[in-house]
Amino acid sequence: MSTTHTTTGTWFFACKTTDVPTNGGVCVKYNDEQIALFFFARRNEWYATQNLCPHRRQMALSRGMTGTVQDEPKVACPFHKKTFSLKDGRCLSDEHECSLTTYPVKIVDDRVYINVAEIPVMAEV
Amino acid sequence: MKVVVIGNGMVGYKCCEKLIARSASSPLELVVFGEEPRPAYDRVHLTSWFDGKTANDLLLAPLSWYTDNGIRLHLGDPVMQIDRTHKTVTSYKGITEPYDYLVIATGSAAFVPPVPGMDKKGVFIYRTIEDLEMMKAYAPQASCGAVIGGGLLGLEAAKALLDLGISNTHVIEFSPRLMPRQIDEQGAAILQHKLHQLGLKILTGKNTREVMGNEAVTGLQFADDTILPADIVVVSAGIKPRDELAKACGLATGPRGGIIVNEQLQTSDPFIYAVGECALHNNMIYGLVAPGYEMAEVAISHMCSDHKAFTGFDMSTKLKLIGVDVASFGDPFPAPDTCHSIVFEDKYKGTYKRINITPDGQFLLGGILIGDAAAYNLLLQTARNKMVLPANPEELLLGSRGTADNGAGVTALPDEAMICSCENVSKGTICQAVTDGHETLDDVKKCTKAGTCCGGCTPMVKDLITATMKAQGKYIRNVVCEHFAYSRQEMLDLIKLKSLRSFDEVLDHYGSGEGCEVCKPVVASILASLWNDMILDKGNDTAQDSNDRYLANIQKGGTYSVVPRIPGGEITPEKLIVIGEIATKYNLYTKITGGQRIDLFGAHLSDLPDIWEELIAAGFESGHAYGKALRTVKSCVGSTWCRFGLHDSVSFAIQIEERYRGLRAPHKIKSAVSGCIRECAEAQSKDFGIIATEKGWNLYVCGNGGSKPQHAQLLAADLDSDTCIRYIDRFLMFYIKTADPLTRTATWLNKLDGGMDYLRNVVVNDSLGIAEQLEAAMQLLVDNYKCEWREVVENPELRKRFSHFVNAPADKDPTVKFETMRAQKKAAEWK
Repeated sequence: MSTTHTTTGTWFFACKTTDVPTNGGVCVKYNDEQIALFFFARRNEWYATQNLCPHRRQMALSRGMTGTVQDEPKVACPFHKKTFSLKDGRCLSDEHECSLTTYPVKIVDDRVYINVAEIPVMAEV
Repeated sequence: MKVVVIGNGMVGYKCCEKLIARSASSPLELVVFGEEPRPAYDRVHLTSWFDGKTANDLLLAPLSWYTDNGIRLHLGDPVMQIDRTHKTVTSYKGITEPYDYLVIATGSAAFVPPVPGMDKKGVFIYRTIEDLEMMKAYAPQASCGAVIGGGLLGLEAAKALLDLGISNTHVIEFSPRLMPRQIDEQGAAILQHKLHQLGLKILTGKNTREVMGNEAVTGLQFADDTILPADIVVVSAGIKPRDELAKACGLATGPRGGIIVNEQLQTSDPFIYAVGECALHNNMIYGLVAPGYEMAEVAISHMCSDHKAFTGFDMSTKLKLIGVDVASFGDPFPAPDTCHSIVFEDKYKGTYKRINITPDGQFLLGGILIGDAAAYNLLLQTARNKMVLPANPEELLLGSRGTADNGAGVTALPDEAMICSCENVSKGTICQAVTDGHETLDDVKKCTKAGTCCGGCTPMVKDLITATMKAQGKYIRNVVCEHFAYSRQEMLDLIKLKSLRSFDEVLDHYGSGEGCEVCKPVVASILASLWNDMILDKGNDTAQDSNDRYLANIQKGGTYSVVPRIPGGEITPEKLIVIGEIATKYNLYTKITGGQRIDLFGAHLSDLPDIWEELIAAGFESGHAYGKALRTVKSCVGSTWCRFGLHDSVSFAIQIEERYRGLRAPHKIKSAVSGCIRECAEAQSKDFGIIATEKGWNLYVCGNGGSKPQHAQLLAADLDSDTCIRYIDRFLMFYIKTADPLTRTATWLNKLDGGMDYLRNVVVNDSLGIAEQLEAAMQLLVDNYKCEWREVVENPELRKRFSHFVNAPADKDPTVKFETMRAQKKAAEWK
C-alpha cells in the first residue's frame, strides 16, 4: 500500500513477497540495521518498522503478532506484548514508551522494496 | 360482540385489557360496572397507601384509558340484577345493558366471623381504599389495636395499624400458628419471634367470642374467658366470594359460596363467565391475583373461540410482612411419606428455610422461606419446571460453597419457564425483548408487562436482562476482543459446528478486522484443541503466540530454550549423554526444570531445527514447553524401587504423559503421579494429580502452584487405571470446552457454578450426558498426535521460517550477547 508514498530516498530490495508469511512479519537486514517487515494479506498492505522493541531493546518485533485496533494496523512485541502502530510507530499500549521508526514499502511485481531515505534512528530508552 | 363486565377490580380490569388486545380482529362493545367510586387499583399493594402512595398512584390505568379504548365505565354503580332470559343486566342507578357475553368479576368481601358486637364503632374490615380511609380517620382516638386473623391479610392489616401509629397492636389467630395455610409450625414460630421483635404481639389459639363495648369497641373477649383491651379492631379472617348476584339469577354456586365454573371459566350459563375470587373452580377459591389474571386470560380467549383451559394454579407467594420476608411455594408441606425435607433454621438471624424434595432427591416439590426469601424465584422455577436438582440439594438453600454466582441459575431455566406468573410472561419472551433492544428493566417491563403486577419477579427479570446481554457480548464484556463478539466457549462451539480449520476462516465467519494478539492465540488454541492439526499449517503459524510460532520459548536477548519431552522424568544414560553433547555443540546453558526435564537455553532461532533434528534422531520429541498445553507428568520413583510404593507410579505417569502429550488447552496443564500417600510427586498441586491407594488410584483435580497456590480436590477414589484415564479424558475435555482463555483449572473451578460437586457430577455421574462425547473428542486428539518438531525438521518450507534474517538466512542476529557465570553462559542483562 505504501507505494503511494512520495519519497526521495533509496529503495532497497528486501525480499520476494512470497518470503513473507501472510499476516506475519520477517526481519530484513540492511547493512547493520534490522528492519521488521509486515504483510497484511487480508487488506494487501505492507509495513516496515525498526526491529528493535524500545521497551527492553530486544530485536524481536518481526516475530510479534500483527493485528488491528479500531482498524489501525499494529504489532505486539513477543516479550511483553507492548503494541505499536504500524502507521506512525507510536506505542499504543503505553503512551510513555518511545515510538518506532517506520519505513515506506513498495511492491514491484513480486519484489518488496523498503525506503531508507530517513537515516533510521534507534529509539532512545 | 358485546361484553358486559361486572366488577372493576384487578381481575375485572385484566378482562378489559385482554378484550381490548383482541378487539383489533373483531369489533367489540364493552361495558363495565364497578361498585367502588374509582377505577381498578392495585389492591395487592394496598399497604403502600400508608407509605404515601395516593389512590391515583395505585390505579392500574387512568380513567382516560377506558375512554380512549371506547369502554363505557360506570363507577359507583353496582349491577343489581341479571336477566339471563333476555341477556341483560340492570344497575343500581337503573341502567339496563344487553350483553352477548357476561363476565362476573365481583371478587370477594371480607369474611366477618359471626361474633356478637362486630357492628360496634371502631371495628373495621381491611379490603378497599375506603376501608383504609375510615381506619385512618378513626385511628387518632385509638391507642391499642387488635387484628382478628393471622393470615396473609391479617398481618398486612397489622402493618397498617402500626403505620397508623398504633404501636400496641395484637394479632389474634384462631389456629395454633400464624399463616396456617402457607407455612409450617417451625416457620411460624420463627416468624412470630421476628414479628415480636418488631413490636407486634401475637396471640394464637384464640377464639374470639365477643366484641366488647357499648357503642364503640373496648376489647375482645375470647372463648377461654380472657380479655384483650382494644379500641380499634380490624377483621381480616378470610374472604367470602361475592356470589349474591349469581345466586339470585339461578347460577350454580358452591355450598360454602363461590360461583361454580368449568375449565373455561363458564358458569352454569355458557354465556356467563366468572373469574377471580368469586369463582369456584374445582372446589377452590383462589385468593391471589396471579390465578385471577390467568382466569381472565382463559375466559376471554374462550369467548374469542380460542382453546385454553384453567386447570388450577399453585398458590406460591412471596411478600414482605412488616419487613420480614415470607414465602411459600409449590407444596409447602406434603405428607411426610411422599417427600424428604431439608430444613435450615437460624434463630439468631431469624431465618427459616425448608425445601421438600422427592424421595429420590431428583425434584423440588415446594418449600417455605422465612426471614430471607432471596432464593424464592429460583426455587419456584426449579419446582415448576421440574428441573433436576444438584447432587447436594442443600446448596439450593445454603448456596454452593466458594462461589457467589446466582446469575447462572436463570440461564439454566428453559425458555418456557414462567418468570412473571401474574402477567404470564415466559423467560423466552423476556429474553426476546432484550434481544430486540429493550435493555433496561423499565423497557422490558413496558414491553412485556413482566414485573408490573406484584413485582416479585423483578430480580429475576434483571438477571435475565444481564444474562441475555452478556450472551450478546454487551453487558459484561466476556467476549474475546474487539474482533470477536463471542466468549471462548461460544467460539469453540461455533468453530466445531462449521468444522473451521484456520484462523482466516474463523475470522471470515465470525469476526471482523484483522484480529490481534488477544484473539489470534485464542482461536489458534481452540483449533488445536478441536482438531490437533499441525499448528504451523494452513496459515495458522502467524496466528500462534510467538512461542508456539517458533515451537520454543523466547528468552532474554532473543534466543530460545529447548525442552525435549522426558515422560515421567525417566531417562536413559544414553539419552542424557545425547543432551549433553548437543548442549556442548550448540553452546547451550542447561538446567533441570521443576517438571523433571532438562531445559537447554540460549539457542539461536536458526539453530533450532538443527538441534531438534539431532534430538529427534536420538529418540526425543517435543516437550511442548512453549505451548498452552500439557507440560509434564511428574512422578516419584514408585513401587519398582521405593520400599513404601504401592503401585508403579513411573509407568503410569509415562502412560498418562504419552496419552496427553501435545494436548492444547486454555492454559498450560501439569500433572503428577505419586506411588503412595507420602505424595513425593506433589500431585495435589497439579491440574490433575494421581495418588496410589491400596485399592487403585485417587484422582485429584484443579490444583495449582504459581502465585496463588491451591490444593487439588479429590474427584474420585480407588479407581482402576482405565477408569482413571476415562475420568481424566472427560475432565480435561470439559475444561477445554468451557474455560475462559488463559484460565488455569483451579481458577476455572473457582468460577464454576456448583463447584466441585457439579464437576464431579459431570465427570463421574455424567449428569450432562456428554461423557461419551468428551471421551471421543479426546480420543480424536490422541489419535491425531504427531511430534510437531519432527514435522518441521522434515519439511524444508517450514524450516525456512526459522532464520533471523529473511534476506540473509545464514546470518545469526549479531546483537545477541552472552556473559559467563559458573562455567556456563547467560543472557546479557537487559537495560
